[in-house]
Amino acid sequence: MLTLSQLDVLEAEAIHIIREVAAEFERPVLLFSGGKDSIVMLRLAERAFRPAPIPFPVMHVDTGHNFPEVIECRDRLVAELGVRLVVASVQDSIDAGRVVEETGRRASRNRLQTTTLLDAIEEHGFDAAFGGARRDEEKARAKERMVSFRDEFGQWDPKNQRPELWNLFNTRIRRGEHVRVFPLSNWTELDVWDYVRRAELELPSIYYAHTRRVFERDGMLLADISHARRGEDEPAYEATVRYRTVGDASCTGAVESAAATPDAVIEEIAATRITERGQTRADDRTSEAAMEDRKKEGYF
Amino acid sequence: MDMLRFATAGSVDDGKSTLIGRLLFDSKSIFEDQLAAVERTSAARGEEFTNLALLTDGLRAEREQGITIDVAYRYFATPRRKFIIADTPGHIQYTRNMVTGASTADLAIILVDARKGILEQSRRHAFLATLLRVPHLVVAINKMDLVDYDEAVYERIVAEFTEFAAGLDAADLTFIPISALHGDNVIERSPNMPWYEGPSLLHLLEHVHIASDRNLVDVRFPVQYVIRDEGRGYAGQIAGGVLRPGDEVVHLPSGSATTVERIDGPAGPVEEAFAPMSVALRLAGDIDISRGDLIARPGDRPRAVQDVDATVCWMAPGRTLTAGSKLLVKHTTRTASAEVADLAYRLDVNTLRRDETATELGLNEIGRVSLRADRPLFVDDYARNRRTGGFILVDAETAETVAAGMISPNG
Repeated sequence: MLTLSQLDVLEAEAIHIIREVAAEFERPVLLFSGGKDSIVMLRLAERAFRPAPIPFPVMHVDTGHNFPEVIECRDRLVAELGVRLVVASVQDSIDAGRVVEETGRRASRNRLQTTTLLDAIEEHGFDAAFGGARRDEEKARAKERMVSFRDEFGQWDPKNQRPELWNLFNTRIRRGEHVRVFPLSNWTELDVWDYVRRAELELPSIYYAHTRRVFERDGMLLADISHARRGEDEPAYEATVRYRTVGDASCTGAVESAAATPDAVIEEIAATRITERGQTRADDRTSEAAMEDRKKEGYF
Repeated sequence: MDMLRFATAGSVDDGKSTLIGRLLFDSKSIFEDQLAAVERTSAARGEEFTNLALLTDGLRAEREQGITIDVAYRYFATPRRKFIIADTPGHIQYTRNMVTGASTADLAIILVDARKGILEQSRRHAFLATLLRVPHLVVAINKMDLVDYDEAVYERIVAEFTEFAAGLDAADLTFIPISALHGDNVIERSPNMPWYEGPSLLHLLEHVHIASDRNLVDVRFPVQYVIRDEGRGYAGQIAGGVLRPGDEVVHLPSGSATTVERIDGPAGPVEEAFAPMSVALRLAGDIDISRGDLIARPGDRPRAVQDVDATVCWMAPGRTLTAGSKLLVKHTTRTASAEVADLAYRLDVNTLRRDETATELGLNEIGRVSLRADRPLFVDDYARNRRTGGFILVDAETAETVAAGMISPNG
């Protein structure tokens, strides 16, 4: 009687933030990777404004190292919802000389994305960018505001953040500045999967168990694709795996799993003893403050 | 499963991090890779034990300097409830951080060191939790192991705190004797304190009744966004009361009466809506309604005022609030320009003494002010409704959030 489940409360909070930003900013954009968090974000945006269309475009920062299943899912969702898709390409940034490709076996385009992202925000004049980041993912993110200020260089200053009280958000910025907005801040990985199950969201098939050629590097299972630059000392083999997170295909690891449905995945996550980023993201492993440093520069 | 948000107040010395670490650890919410990272950092700093405080210190400066700078949010769940902890640091910017963490909290835990008893900071924590109207206050009397689990020590602290809290108009108040280090009365009742007959801390967190803490009486619906399709949907988050299709409502500021035709929730039409649901209302007739307006009941309206008396907490470093300060006030979905007409007094949060000779409020100071807004705000007393009684002040020039305000009766 007059009670809400934790998922209802989180959904209401996220929709409140999405509407608030749509009302207060001129040119918002939803950052969309095709991963589970951004698919939840897209669904929440649809629910916030329906029956009217989502009043902002979505943007994919494309490293060029994609899983085909993810791109296929992205294009289907965008077509279904009738939203405009902006693709900002890391390859274009490389070709234009804005960034220089890393070299070596562990080369990744992860860090290069920041320049591509900031250039695209400036080019399109976006003043608010929604992301699907969650505070439970990583300890620097646990300290970030839901509506997080970025200066004219796109930088985050963790020591000088705007206090956020009640459900009130300070949306005031000056020209050239923008905000990053994280409506899923208070969701955990388990909440996201509960929501995927309840709202019957379709995710890229790689989130569920499938057979794939993989090899081990730094304790992670990487897909044997050309971008991963598998060495001769890194033998490939077939395994039954699924992805817990979806990022750049060259540095996102798979986990051995037989979970083929949302129910099975939820059971698996509830029992796991390792965080999702710890298990699957090489990009977070370079140092204790890897995420904080990238975020200060303007990363997602 | 429902959700409880709680804030923890205290400094590292009170064992706050140990307590949070234990709640997370015993509910299996600390993962192996997180623990390994903490162990590495602890060892690198030459600490003999694994410092669980590092779990909530997310920023480089925090780890390097061994201090906590900012509110950290942590998550754990038991089969009964999901919990969000707002962990507010004890040292730097204390008031600002605690006010922020407490603003959304259903419950606040104040840690008291059993050896030291009620300190100035315990009073300050209790005062701030009460000022922010956190509905449930738990005083966890920690380090009972260091006073031989002595009931007399516990009772003395309870009596002293109760006397102090009587002057505060404090919320629901509970005392629990614990040892965070050894786990006494944290997850399970402790055999070391058979004289204590209350619940363990986790049992209390799992069972405390929060559903009736919301205002389900006075209908308040600040209009946030107008959805335009074949008709118009007025979107927003319910701030109070219960709305149902067919209800008569009044639109403010026009005063026009109308009827709720339909309420859309996230997944489709709903038969009733209450806080904190985000919904869209379809109303009968053709009224001009925009963002910043408010829907209420004809016989139960908020006050429409341009002059507002409020208690404010000043949060801006390097500048002060004085009579004549010009600021933006953001209240529900309405933003107005406002001027500080008067600073009635500054409050000493340690002694609760009012300094009526004060002419300014500095960082982390609290005082009573009168504001004059350039347009009406639709307000309730903060004590009656946190959503329609709270506001923030924003500096139009620097765009900083400079203060939080709680509206006083008749203000």
